[in-house]
Amino acid sequence: MTELPPPSAKKLGLVIDLDTCVGCQACATNCKEWNTGGHLGPLPDLHAYSAGAEGVWFNRVHSYEAGEGEAGRTVHFPRSCLHCETPACVTVCPTGASYKRAEDGIVLVNTDTCIGCGLCAWACPYGAREMDEDEGVMKKCTLCVDRIYNETIPEPQRQPACVITCPVGARHFGDLGDPTSKVSRLVAERGGYDLMPEMGYAPVNKYLPPREKPAMKPASLEEAAPTPLDIRNPLLRWLDRALSR
Amino acid sequence: MNPAPSIVLFTTASGAGYGLLFWLGLLRALGLVPASPAFGLMALLLALLLITFGLLSSLKHLGRPERAWRALSQWRSSWLSREGVAALATYVPAGLLFLALLLGNAPLAMLTGLLAAAGAVATVWCTGMIYASLRTVRQWHHPMVPWGYLVFAGFCGAALLAPLAALWGQARIPAIIAALLGAGAIALKRAYWDSIDAPKPAAAPTIESATGLGRIGATRPLDPPHTEQTWLTREMSFRVARAHRVKLRRLTLTGFALATVLALFALPLPGALAALLLVPAAAIACAAILAERWLMFAEATHTVSLYYSGDA
Amino acid sequence: MPDTNLPRRMTGHGEVIETSAPIGDAMKTTTCYMCACRCGIKVHLKDGRVRYIEGNPDHPVNRGVLCGKGSAGIMTQYAPSRLRAPLKRVGPRGSGEFAEISWDEAMEIATGWLKAVRETDPKRLAFFTGRDQSQSLTGFWAAQFGTPNFAAHGGFCSVNMAAAGLYTVGGSFWEFGEPDWEHAKYFVMFGVAEDHDSNPIKIGLGQLKARGAKFVSVNPVRTGYSAIADEWVGIRPGTDGLFIMALIHELLRTDRVDLDFLVRYTNAHWLVVRNPGGADDGLFARDADGKPLAWDRARGAMDAATPEMQPAIVGEHVLPDGRTAVPVFQLMAERYLSRDYAPDAVAERCGVPAATIRRLATEIADIAFKHTVTIEQPWTDTLGRRHERMVGRPVSFHAMRGISAHSNGFHTCRALHLLQMILGAVDVPGSWRYKSPFPRPIPPGPGPAGKGAKPNTPLAGNILAFPHGPDDLLVHDDGSPIRVDKAFSWDAPLALHGMMHTVIGNAGAGDPYEIDTLFMFMANMAWNSAMNPGEVIRCLTETKEDGSYRIPHVIYSDAYFSETVPYADLILPDTTYLERWDCISLLDRPIGNAHGPGDAIRQPVIQPDRDVRGFQEVLIELGARLGLPAFVKEDGSPRFKDYPDYIVNHQRMPGVGPLAGFRGEDGTKKGVGEPNKDQLQRYIENGCFWKHHLPPEQLYFKHANRAYLDDAKAMGLIGKADQIVLQIYSEPLQKFRLAAQGHGAKQPPDAATRARIATYCDPLPIWYAPLEQQGHDTAPFPLSAVTQRPMEHYHSWGSQNAWLRQIKGANKLYMHRLTAHKLGLAQDDWVWVESRNGRVKGQLALMDGVNPDTVWTWNAIGKRAGAWNLSPDSPEATRGFLLNHAISEWLPAQVADARRFANADPVTGQAAWYDLRVRVTKCAADEIPVTDPHPEALQRPPGLAAAPSIVREPGA
Ligand SMILES: Nc1nc2c(c(=O)[nH]1)N[C@H]1C(S)=C(S)[C@@H](COP(=O)(O)OP(=O)(O)OC[C@H]3O[C@@H](n4cnc5c(=O)[nH]c(N)nc54)[C@H](O)[C@@H]3O)O[C@H]1N2
Ligand SMILES: Nc1nc2c(c(=O)[nH]1)N[C@H]1C(S)=C(S)[C@@H](COP(=O)(O)OP(=O)(O)OC[C@H]3O[C@@H](n4cnc5c(=O)[nH]c(N)nc54)[C@H](O)[C@@H]3O)O[C@H]1N2
Ligand code: SF4
Ligand code: SF4
Ligand code: SF4
Ligand code: SF4
Ligand code: SF4
Ligand SMILES: [Mo]
Repeated sequence: MTELPPPSAKKLGLVIDLDTCVGCQACATNCKEWNTGGHLGPLPDLHAYSAGAEGVWFNRVHSYEAGEGEAGRTVHFPRSCLHCETPACVTVCPTGASYKRAEDGIVLVNTDTCIGCGLCAWACPYGAREMDEDEGVMKKCTLCVDRIYNETIPEPQRQPACVITCPVGARHFGDLGDPTSKVSRLVAERGGYDLMPEMGYAPVNKYLPPREKPAMKPASLEEAAPTPLDIRNPLLRWLDRALSR
Repeated sequence: MNPAPSIVLFTTASGAGYGLLFWLGLLRALGLVPASPAFGLMALLLALLLITFGLLSSLKHLGRPERAWRALSQWRSSWLSREGVAALATYVPAGLLFLALLLGNAPLAMLTGLLAAAGAVATVWCTGMIYASLRTVRQWHHPMVPWGYLVFAGFCGAALLAPLAALWGQARIPAIIAALLGAGAIALKRAYWDSIDAPKPAAAPTIESATGLGRIGATRPLDPPHTEQTWLTREMSFRVARAHRVKLRRLTLTGFALATVLALFALPLPGALAALLLVPAAAIACAAILAERWLMFAEATHTVSLYYSGDA
Repeated sequence: MPDTNLPRRMTGHGEVIETSAPIGDAMKTTTCYMCACRCGIKVHLKDGRVRYIEGNPDHPVNRGVLCGKGSAGIMTQYAPSRLRAPLKRVGPRGSGEFAEISWDEAMEIATGWLKAVRETDPKRLAFFTGRDQSQSLTGFWAAQFGTPNFAAHGGFCSVNMAAAGLYTVGGSFWEFGEPDWEHAKYFVMFGVAEDHDSNPIKIGLGQLKARGAKFVSVNPVRTGYSAIADEWVGIRPGTDGLFIMALIHELLRTDRVDLDFLVRYTNAHWLVVRNPGGADDGLFARDADGKPLAWDRARGAMDAATPEMQPAIVGEHVLPDGRTAVPVFQLMAERYLSRDYAPDAVAERCGVPAATIRRLATEIADIAFKHTVTIEQPWTDTLGRRHERMVGRPVSFHAMRGISAHSNGFHTCRALHLLQMILGAVDVPGSWRYKSPFPRPIPPGPGPAGKGAKPNTPLAGNILAFPHGPDDLLVHDDGSPIRVDKAFSWDAPLALHGMMHTVIGNAGAGDPYEIDTLFMFMANMAWNSAMNPGEVIRCLTETKEDGSYRIPHVIYSDAYFSETVPYADLILPDTTYLERWDCISLLDRPIGNAHGPGDAIRQPVIQPDRDVRGFQEVLIELGARLGLPAFVKEDGSPRFKDYPDYIVNHQRMPGVGPLAGFRGEDGTKKGVGEPNKDQLQRYIENGCFWKHHLPPEQLYFKHANRAYLDDAKAMGLIGKADQIVLQIYSEPLQKFRLAAQGHGAKQPPDAATRARIATYCDPLPIWYAPLEQQGHDTAPFPLSAVTQRPMEHYHSWGSQNAWLRQIKGANKLYMHRLTAHKLGLAQDDWVWVESRNGRVKGQLALMDGVNPDTVWTWNAIGKRAGAWNLSPDSPEATRGFLLNHAISEWLPAQVADARRFANADPVTGQAAWYDLRVRVTKCAADEIPVTDPHPEALQRPPGLAAAPSIVREPGA
């Protein structure tokens, strides 16, 4: 049913740290690799070896420049489904193929019933829906539902593929409905924010902003050791320095 | 947004069909068009043809058309589903109207005609609401959009009905309606364009809010995730060139105006002579609406483009 | 994490989700080779196909993470560009006309050519192995063959870093050292986009950030790592040396110097003879046993290693033999206190404000001297003194090709090591640390082998080794080079990694001599590893008057249809990294880190579906066919059954083999021990790696840590357990300089070379403008042009990967917005990038995070049409462009008769890719929007099917 379930207590999602993301694309390719053989796979690639190559990806990494001059920054910015709390991608779906799970809030597509109308993609502000033009159905980030609950995978690795692979540790997974969870605390401490809050979709995923430069207030070297260059021989000060090996 | 031909055709053809069905049902009941069953059958057939062609064309847009029936299930939340239900439901009174006309059952024809007219309005409204309900597309999420769908469907329907009625020498009422709605369409479209051309409201999403990087400063895309086009960029970031847009807008308005003027000119003319003007008027109205519909997509910007071009 | 007891769950709209399906039906561990980082991977297989590759959480290199390339390995494994069978050229070189042949025939052809060379003049084989991870085998094979002409890609890669480090601190940035990610409070990175330590650096940066350390990136471009730096210093390319020397100037000027560290661990107090014009000028004063002397304030000249002595670090001292000498420290201080290195003097050239340089020096000094890190861990130094704790200066540095790929890179890198030394920040807590098996003696081992090559005779020793002075150079009596690439000659005395970038050009010109067979492995020399691909292709296809090729035979082993394949006569198609055995050996480029030495293997996880063979297998069989002594038994039969047999049973020295782990009959010995027939099995059981964890007392001060050095010697990592004294002042360099000044038996042959050696073999770090820029009028070429590695592509071979090529299918030229504005250029304009050497056409992209005098692009995204089994209309070949077309492998000739010097560092021969200067102009309106040069499309070799248009499931 594409009517939204009552808000779940558990809100599984990702927290992405823009302060540490180096834009390495590991999350994007690892996601593709896991998911092409996973629940919503395959993730086909059209014109794979010629002009116009394009495929289905659940995670895409942009880069931006923000601010000017000294304050300017380059920011790498991974973008995938935010598993919104009030996502119109679900409610607009005419078939019920698009749904939000009552138990953990994961937004999924049932590719057995999807007609590939594309309306949910229109409804998603974040561009998180991916049309599989080969199969004619809509696909999207599953939050790796086939990993995070997978008992055949060792417990510590039961996390989304993009999270376990991220080399700098810029991606975190957990229950954002639980204020005491590691991810919720991260969001609180680092000022995690929503993308396009004005759209009213209430994304579950949060982004952590680039941090301020660490404050450094060392005493100036001038005050510490004034040794004007024009004294006749600056080496003299080391002449009588008692050193011991 | 990408003006997919299947959708542009669909909304134009089925809009025209529903408009025609609406006026047929309504005006017949009010006795303002020829009561002849032959006229009714002819108009109805044309309407159903356009509607069915449109619906079939819309199936082409689906990745899995064979599953289209599933789209009827979610009417409680989905305007697309509602549209499907309304469209299918409208076939019932329309079909009965056909029977009633064939059998010459006037009361039934009147009743089913009115019901079919109501179905037509409902369907077109749903179509409009599919677009109007999307907060992601500023140019669609606009109060004039569903009304526009109704007005254009009505305009085109009346413009089609008029030449048919002219064959019976009774084109006057539909021609007047067509002319009125033609003028209305011009006014509406101009108002709509004024409105979407106005500076974006401060609350509209920006690249800064889409990325949250506004806290650092003005934000500019450096590199896209993929260097080539993708389904997403083709679908959501299609944008008609400015010069092209201006031309198409002018063409649309000219078309509306021409159809309106032709309908007005046809008013004093008797029967078949009127048809000589009303047929091109109908054709021009339909063509202009095709252009309008194409623009409706090509002018629309999706919030996704904020991520790609920094602008939407 | 999420709890569930149900393996299958009903959710949503009646959908059944299999949430607990096994990933595949089998899993094997091995080592990634989507780049040279050597991460541990777990390869999940399903129905015999690769299903999913994940990082091995137990692996010391990557600890479970994978990068963007590693995660896409599956698509390289199934790339439609994989070569399928040995090929013999049947048309002209470059035509792509080949016939598929059997391995038997291929081996016979190769053996025939090689045998003839070996029997007559082995040096006429040039064996260059590119991006080789098996150099301990390939180098050994070359020595067995008897040719001095062997090297891998290091000469065009990063030998400046290796040489500067090994001749200064006995380790280096790059692969032989790493920052103390756990303790550093301040981290400065110079010129790094990705590096070989791809995942460890990323993991480390994550750790630094989590701890709130400050991260400064010195780089003309603000992307990738620089993007997450707390401070970006957008330096002008090639000026880092000045910038670093200005930092040193500031520290000296304000006396923020760790003098205790200097006299304990470096040669700061060693005495340097002052005898202008004399043959001993600038050499260390030594005692009768050759031990360097220092000046004790009470006792005068004595062994510099004497414990508890009170060394003088300034002052002119008269030696017992009457000569005068000054301590190294004084020479160093005099040089860098000069006004030439004051921040104000360098700011303009570096493009970094003097105030910023001063502030950075202040911050560095503050952290180093006021925020020390203490680890409560006693240790004992080489003098037998016990220290109760380890105190460190938590300032770490890392540098790579941004420094290395300039012709002044060797000295710049030495300057950076000097900065580390005066801060006392070498292998102390919080600083840069050695990766075991480093540190090694400075310089390590004997000089390079290669003199006296004779038919049918192996060369004794290592071909790539370490000259200590002119006597170790590979030059004839007339000073001319012994090696075809001129490595270890007066052109490049410390060319430790050879000079692969000059081989084809030199062989083509017969300078110093012609060769018979060019044998290459894993190097795309006709494209991105050539400094000038057009010229390389010209040399490879050039014929003599009789119509024969100037380079008569070219044998090449590639695994894929690269741009170089069509230019070989014989193609030996290799397996992929998931299909073969490999050995990542301590004898070559191991996987050790600061926590201890380690090595690794690859095991085949899937069987090849083509007629291909692992190159190492082929080499071992060739060795046997040629009768190379180490590869045959006494009766002439092959000594090794296959490569695994070699890995396990070959012994370089008694007890020392390719793998250091699980040695000895029962597998309990480390480093040294008899071969263990179960060794590979033991590696496989351990995740395909071996790691020795150093005990806590050995983790720092390795250069002077008694326990560490003793254990390292016992394990065969080093020959002697003596303290490794860090070399501020480099005596080997001074020896070369003395030769150039007319001393000694071996001297540079001509005036030009003499002048170069005298100038550039300075025993203390110097800065000079990049040679390329000294040699021609740069005014018409106002912009520096550099490249960066994209994190998700590995050189040229990413584009055959259907996923990676979607991420970057074409590259643009990035330019500062204001510069573009001044030049009247706009985003996406088609432009010409012109240098003194050539021009290339591409599209422009504007940004703010780039030095305004610099343009840059992604390396090796541009491809030759048709290569890699991509359709010729692919963006890689139409919009992508290769900057190399504008680079030259030779320096501009200064005088008409000037001899030709490589466009390289004059000390190490490191290719100077980043010295390039260009101008950028807008293409005319009628010029087609396609890159240029745009050589004609390459023909697919026989046997290679056209690539599929759609990929659903990888490998299906
Ligand atoms: N402009 C510019 N040019 C540069 C650089 C730069 O920074 N800027 N960097 C330089 C540096 S540092 C380097 S190291 C070079 C690298 O450049 P190359 O040495 O050319 O390296 P690759 O492109 O990685 O590819 C080498 C070849 O190895 C093949 N190959 C891949 N896997 C296998 C395998 O398993 N077996 C075999 N036999 N072959 C295989 C590939 O198909 C390819 O043809 O580029 C240099 N060129
Ligand atoms: N993903 C990926 N990883 C790789 C490779 C790959 O192809 N792809 N190649 C591997 C190889 S062979 C190598 S050699 C290493 C090289 O690893 P890196 O050293 O990281 O290689 P480059 O991409 O050459 O990066 C050089 C950096 O120096 C900057 N730079 C250029 N000139 C200057 C300068 O004068 N001063 C300063 N401070 N910076 C400067 C450039 O902007 C760039 O960021 O990477 C290895 N790892
Ligand atoms: S893997 Fe991590 S660092 Fe790399 S792009 Fe993704 S989020 Fe950024
Ligand atoms: S990000 Fe888009 S696809 Fe995902 S839940 Fe929100 S609206 Fe739906
Ligand atoms: S594409 Fe599929 S999931 Fe999306 S709205 Fe249409 S039917 Fe629903
Ligand atoms: S959670 Fe899984 S599906 Fe979603 S982006 Fe990450 S890896 Fe892809
Ligand atoms: S850094 Fe990436 S490509 Fe390189 S070895 Fe590691 S996982 Fe493989
Ligand atoms: Mo390299």
